[in-house]
Amino acid sequence: MNTPPFAVPSTPLPVAPSADVHSTRKILAWIVPVAIFLLAAPYVIDPFQTLTLTYGLVAAIGALGFNLLLGYTGLLSFGHSAFFGTGAYTVAFMVKYLKVLSMELFLAGSALTSALLSVLFGFVCVRYTRIFFGILTLALSQVLWSLAFKFFWVTGGTDGLRAPTPTLLGMPPGNDKMDFLAYRYYYYVLGAFAICTWLMWLIVNSPFGKALQAIRDNETRAEFIGIRIRRYRLIAFVISGVFTGIAGALWAPLNGLASPDILVWTFSGEIVFMTVLGGFRTFVGPIIGAIVFTYLKTYAIGFTVYWQLLLGTVLVVLVLVLPTGIMGAFETLAAKWRHSRSKVA
Amino acid sequence: MTTMQPLLATQKLCKSFGDNRAVNAVDFRVNAGEVLALIGSNGAGKTSLVNLVSGLYRPDSGRILFDGRDVTDQTPFDRIKDGIARSFQIVNLFDQLTCAENTALAIFSRDGKTRRLTNLASRDHAVWDEAHDVLRRFNLDHTAAMRAGAISHGERKLLDVAVAYALRPKLLFLDEPTSGVSTREKAPIMDIVSSIVRAGGITIVIIEHDMDIVFRYSERIVVMHQGTILADGSPDEIRANDAVTTTLIGTHPGGESAVAGAANA
Repeated sequence: MNTPPFAVPSTPLPVAPSADVHSTRKILAWIVPVAIFLLAAPYVIDPFQTLTLTYGLVAAIGALGFNLLLGYTGLLSFGHSAFFGTGAYTVAFMVKYLKVLSMELFLAGSALTSALLSVLFGFVCVRYTRIFFGILTLALSQVLWSLAFKFFWVTGGTDGLRAPTPTLLGMPPGNDKMDFLAYRYYYYVLGAFAICTWLMWLIVNSPFGKALQAIRDNETRAEFIGIRIRRYRLIAFVISGVFTGIAGALWAPLNGLASPDILVWTFSGEIVFMTVLGGFRTFVGPIIGAIVFTYLKTYAIGFTVYWQLLLGTVLVVLVLVLPTGIMGAFETLAAKWRHSRSKVA
Repeated sequence: MTTMQPLLATQKLCKSFGDNRAVNAVDFRVNAGEVLALIGSNGAGKTSLVNLVSGLYRPDSGRILFDGRDVTDQTPFDRIKDGIARSFQIVNLFDQLTCAENTALAIFSRDGKTRRLTNLASRDHAVWDEAHDVLRRFNLDHTAAMRAGAISHGERKLLDVAVAYALRPKLLFLDEPTSGVSTREKAPIMDIVSSIVRAGGITIVIIEHDMDIVFRYSERIVVMHQGTILADGSPDEIRANDAVTTTLIGTHPGGESAVAGAANA
């Protein structure tokens, strides 16, 4: 406080770009080995594992979208099954009514329908925050579920609608479905995952992403630096919905069926679960959480008929022991390790 | 009283909360370039008046004119674009973000850059340079990489003003900029704030309870009481105003009024 107000420090201040270069190096040190593993996976693990990993990557795209709302905007949605289901049903409708089989058209169609739905839902929901926002998203998604359930002549009711193997970049799927899913479709999903992750990373690190974090931290202050709260929340809601819709579109051919199960609120709960499991305060947390959750669920179902009980126990333990999720705990441990190392030095 | 066109003028501005008339037909005027103190006891209506002018509350009746234009029905967003900014009585910051990010966000927003979705914020060197420059001016350069939630209360108060200052406003409301700060820290904070803001040619309205601060830094004082303006004048006029001295501020146990005490200090 004794320094004159206009005093200029003798050394230049650390500005963001230098920190950016440092963090980019750190990120690359993680990305390169992970990317090598993901690229080699179909040749080093068996097809069943590759399929499970594909499910995990699809879920990760949905969780990334979901976390734009929870981790970056501070809005907990219990209705993201609506967007996931819209993406999957769009694929099934395009097959049934438009006789389309192109995965690229499926993705474009799903992005469009989930965007329209999220504009509609978002317009209502972003006026509220906290529990009111959560309950509204849950209620609206249940409306969609009941429509899919009741209008069986359109949606196939509880039987759902078929989503056959699509053409990828104009190439037909071939006769061996397992071979198609475990190799070509895996790489297709991996490509979509990489693009979605890169896009989301750009968004959360953009000035817009920073504005969302400002809204999350302090809505009043954000408004009084000139950020239009409701508009920004709506844009975040739509982006989040589109990402989850794209995940739904990628999931449909993998599952072979779009059914009301993916529109019901418990499926929204799974998206929340995987995000919390990985850690919603970090960018990669939802990705880790989605993949871990997919494996956990797959093996829990194979292990016991009471798999929900097992997952419930995991959730309780998680909240009590790792409230910041896997990545949060990992960061805490890494910080402690760095601290102890600096003490020794 | 000057006859020049005021930067801000309210006309018969009213705001009630239930039966409580927080602001009662207030005609409040701020001239361009002045440092005005808005004082009064708790519940006098000072913060409510600022909330009305900044757009946090909608008035029940009356008009708000800023820079010659009626802004009564404008949103806070439009008022900020017009040049009205404020700090808060209870510090309002983005606690999870660093101090540099707090300031940079105000600059991004001011320049309309928060609409950009696919540009990395960290690559906008002009914004970060300016954010660091603002922090340096407020003697907060050492906090640049620290989270706003982790710095001291006095620094948070300064950062709150710095964020508002980064919007480059024409009119800046400082709502109790030294509240909760130790007596020793008050004057240095006000020295920094007033010198920077005056150098920038910004008109300031300070809401403050500390009479030493009020008489030392303001050119004009408006006294509010029970939702109305009790007195309006220069520090000397307010000092000499018996109504202010006796009915509003009261007296010290020793018999000397707080206003008079501050005047003699």
